Amino acid sequence: MSKSVYEQDITSIVMSDNDNVATLLKGLEAGESFLYVLNGQKEVLTAKQSIPFGHKISIKSIQRSEMVVKYGEVIGAATADIEPGEHVHVHNIEGIRGRGDKAEGGQK
Amino acid sequence: MMNMIKGYRRPNGKIGIRNHLLIIPTVICANHVANRIQQAVPASVAIPHQHGCSQIGDDKDRTHNLLAGMGKNPNVGAVLLVSLGCEVIDAKILKKEIEETGKPVEWIDIQDVGGSIKAIQKGSEIVHSLFREIEKIPLEDVPLSELILGVKCGGSDATSGLCSNPALGKTADQLLKQGGTIVMGETTEIIGAEHLVAQKAVSEEVANKLYAYVENFEKEVERIGADMRGGNPSPGNIEGGLSTIEEKSLGCISKAGTAPLKDVLAFAEEIPGSGYYFMDSPGNDIECVSGMAAAGVHMVCFTTGRGTPTGNPIIPVIKITGNEITAAKMADNIDVDTSLVMKGKETTEEAGNRILETVIKTAQGELTKAEILGHQEFSISRISISL
Repeated sequence: MSKSVYEQDITSIVMSDNDNVATLLKGLEAGESFLYVLNGQKEVLTAKQSIPFGHKISIKSIQRSEMVVKYGEVIGAATADIEPGEHVHVHNIEGIRGRGDKAEGGQK
Repeated sequence: MMNMIKGYRRPNGKIGIRNHLLIIPTVICANHVANRIQQAVPASVAIPHQHGCSQIGDDKDRTHNLLAGMGKNPNVGAVLLVSLGCEVIDAKILKKEIEETGKPVEWIDIQDVGGSIKAIQKGSEIVHSLFREIEKIPLEDVPLSELILGVKCGGSDATSGLCSNPALGKTADQLLKQGGTIVMGETTEIIGAEHLVAQKAVSEEVANKLYAYVENFEKEVERIGADMRGGNPSPGNIEGGLSTIEEKSLGCISKAGTAPLKDVLAFAEEIPGSGYYFMDSPGNDIECVSGMAAAGVHMVCFTTGRGTPTGNPIIPVIKITGNEITAAKMADNIDVDTSLVMKGKETTEEAGNRILETVIKTAQGELTKAEILGHQEFSISRISISL
């Protein structure tokens, strides 16, 4: 990562331009805005809830069952519709891999 | 410029960066005797463990190979095996395998010697004289190219993928450029990112080996019938912002750098040469680091966001964090803080160079925080039931 990506006024980081989530470099209160860089452009959005440092925030509308993308790769699927500025975590996304619970005879 | 480190040259030509006298109980029943011997001669280290009996097949082999590998690791100068006498693990074979390295290996059997007290006395006398023997081994200047470095992450949070793992990846690239060796493990924690690791494989055969290990692992999760989440990512990983195993894996893999993947090895399999290797292993911190030690790794660079005290009885473990809160709160455990990268005050290359400096100093004899505190976590992973 180059220095420019972690510019000092940037409060969140988008790992790849294909991502639909950003990772917060500081905790946010509901209504607080955050800065991120996408396709070389600085963008601003507002957090819908308070979200801790290191957690993910949506930067796009993500429909239920849609893939959640970070590092330009799929990290899971949305289990609910997610609006930009919402906290993205275990309450609204699930893993696709390592799902023994979904295998035949699994603990559904 | 070639960086130099310091090593003890073993009879088989390999170098160790530490000169440990290792006491290996072949079975849980010998743990107490092994521990008492270690207490009698505190310059030694013991590796008590839970296994060694009531095991069959691959599971028995895993315990055997792990114990043999610990004895063979070049950071070990001499070994005392302590057996009970009726266990599954064959101390005689273990002794022979470790002896192939040329280092002194002694063996006592509790049933044969006649009980705990006699075994502790005899074992203590042997360890005491072995110590005098390995003390004579000189420390030589050796090139950094001889170093085998394990890369591992544990107690991860979001900073691991953003900062400490990419920085460690730069360290890995530097070490490989100087002719050294990198070993990455944790099959669990490449799930969802295995295609990116496989892309770097030198051949289709190597890539297929990697996919096969991941598939085996995932089938086992299916057999258990549960979601991995909650076990891995763990509750602490989740609190730190990691939502799925895929996300965790994608953050994990950058720690091995960008070099081609030379081969994929079985758990605790001896590292065959220089370059970048993947070793099949659980993601569990202690089981993975123990497997790396048994494979002949000299040292592990361990990134952690949440903070962990992890050490090992025979190999130094350097703890690296990208989380400034953890760096301050667990300063007695953390060796390198890379959180300046997150503030835009340092590049990952610069942080990677600082990690490399710590690697070199540690390989020249400087103690890691885990060594100073006496952390010696060790465990053997199981793959089957107890009989």
